[in-house]
Amino acid sequence: MSPKTLYDKIWDAHLVDEAEDGSSLLYIDRHLVHEVTSPQAFEGLRMTGRKVRNPQNTIAVPDHNVPTTPDRVDGIKNEESRIQVEALDRNAQDFGVNYYPVSDIRQGIVHIVGPEQGWTLPGMTVVCGDSHTATHGAFGALAHGIGTSEVEHVLATQTLIQQKSKNMKVEITGRLRPGVTAKDITMAVIGATGTAGGTGHVIEYCGEAIRELSMEGRMTVCNMAIEGGARAGLIAPDEKTFAYVQGRPHAPKGAQWEAALAWWKTLYSDPDAHWDKVVTIRGEDIAPLVTWGTSPEDVLPITASVPAPEDFTGGKADAARRALEYMGLTAGQPLSEVEIDTVFIGSCTNGRIEDLRAAAKVLEGKKVKEGLRAMIVPGSGLVRAQAEEEGLADIFTKAGFEWRLAGCSMCLAMNPDQLAPGERCAATSNRNFEGRQGRGGRTHLMSPAMAAAAAVTGRLTDVREMM
Amino acid sequence: MEKFDKLTGIAAPMPLINVDTDMIIPKQFLKTIKRTGLGVHLFDEMRYDGEGGEIPDFVLNTPQYRDAEILVAGDNFGCGSSREHAPWALLDFGIRCVIAPSFADIFYNNCFKNGILPIALPQEQVDILMRDAEKGANARMDIDLEAQTITTSDGEVVRFDIDPFRKHCLINGLDDIALTLEKAPAIDAFEARASAARPWV
Repeated sequence: MSPKTLYDKIWDAHLVDEAEDGSSLLYIDRHLVHEVTSPQAFEGLRMTGRKVRNPQNTIAVPDHNVPTTPDRVDGIKNEESRIQVEALDRNAQDFGVNYYPVSDIRQGIVHIVGPEQGWTLPGMTVVCGDSHTATHGAFGALAHGIGTSEVEHVLATQTLIQQKSKNMKVEITGRLRPGVTAKDITMAVIGATGTAGGTGHVIEYCGEAIRELSMEGRMTVCNMAIEGGARAGLIAPDEKTFAYVQGRPHAPKGAQWEAALAWWKTLYSDPDAHWDKVVTIRGEDIAPLVTWGTSPEDVLPITASVPAPEDFTGGKADAARRALEYMGLTAGQPLSEVEIDTVFIGSCTNGRIEDLRAAAKVLEGKKVKEGLRAMIVPGSGLVRAQAEEEGLADIFTKAGFEWRLAGCSMCLAMNPDQLAPGERCAATSNRNFEGRQGRGGRTHLMSPAMAAAAAVTGRLTDVREMM
Repeated sequence: MEKFDKLTGIAAPMPLINVDTDMIIPKQFLKTIKRTGLGVHLFDEMRYDGEGGEIPDFVLNTPQYRDAEILVAGDNFGCGSSREHAPWALLDFGIRCVIAPSFADIFYNNCFKNGILPIALPQEQVDILMRDAEKGANARMDIDLEAQTITTSDGEVVRFDIDPFRKHCLINGLDDIALTLEKAPAIDAFEARASAARPWV
């Protein structure tokens, strides 16, 4: 047998049919659903009299629109948001899919709930009408975002028509330096390859620095594979993966666990597998990073200064000029002198328990700079409960952070958590696009520890100065 | 889905790289539970000021490009979110074809599900088409999907590549789901095999 990559192995194990024209029908093991990209798909099923083929493998949870303030128990005030969440309530019930409503403690961001409940397992195919589905690749599952038409296709057929992507290896060698996290790894990769660097590829992340990461950290890395343009990000499962999965509500048990484990242990890229593209970054070379512009590829070490448009060529020079104007920054200005108005810690990128622990470590015994708005939005109700149990919530509230309920919140600002025009935010989310966190809002992406440090000083800050 | 075979239309130039789906349709318009009516919000934050007034120099607000059916853009068009609202908004505005050096994967897929033809071409050829588009409303481009050609207003012909299955579906306006449901026996057989091999799934 010819050597295969991990992606090849998962692909082959899910191939239903291969047509002469090169399009393939791929079987989907888990379909995650949220309220924003599914209503038209369920409506399509109703109009054609079709059913959900495998409701037992379809998991729905509202996350994008839900308010994260305590008053949400009284209902969602924004009418359109309320209608969308109610549509999901109704669709989940009518079509019999697994559902975690807003009132359930297990509710949260779909990409945090899936792994937490053991729905996401190694070697699976996982899709969701959301680009950050790449997160689940941390388990060695082939996971990617799809559009609403494809959501309807998966609901009706449990398959997806696909063209196979190319294989790309991203190796992070050696160890990370203190103050450098999984977020910095994933931002460093995008900085090095650009937002289209992974287009047409599935990335497998490997190397010592990746192996050393916890499952939470690996999810952060894979989460932003899409920001590098890749169809999906993958990390081969290992003992850490198995330990994370074991005992979760929907993980296999008993003899099935043993059978699963035996297969999962075969899920790695063969040593002489073919790679279409290889990128290697030394873990020691990665510094705590922040974004300065309006594309996730606009990353620089916190010790650097704002670049000038002339530092770039081609279309990027124009894009940089536009970005600096939008961001209200001047070329040559040290990044560590950029003052902020708001701090947002949360999202499917950095809303897990380890992220909150990292922020709490920086914030313990400190205060949020006066006049700053700071909020922490846990990724799920269970993350929130655990953080309260560990005493993290106390640290946050004493420091002056708002301690919110679970949801996507200010990552994409579909709920009331938004930036005002010109407001500048240190954010642990994944996109710094124009208007992403609110019209005219200015986003700097960074790790939870860096965002916590910025909350204390009121400016972009090198967390290493506070360690 | 509406068929796409031939199109003759005005091409609007948008020489920006990394046009993301948040630009194409900002999140506040994703709260709809319908596919239609999004055209008025296409490129909302670039097209309108904070009070809802048109920004006169935005390309689709200028008289010569208001009826554009083709968009010529920079690298990595449609990056970011998976929202199919982006092609829905383009379609509802009247854009049936987007030409760029490269597209983000999910957006590219989503176009084909909605009768929009995304054409990826080398930068030099996009540059030629961009210059043609900049001539304004008299410069109509011809797109022929069957022949896989774009003809500029000067008669210059540019060929493009497209996956044969997607081309077939677009030309015939085919519904993917109906096509896949014809393969139900293969799906049944796969499920039987998979549940024996991986019963924990």
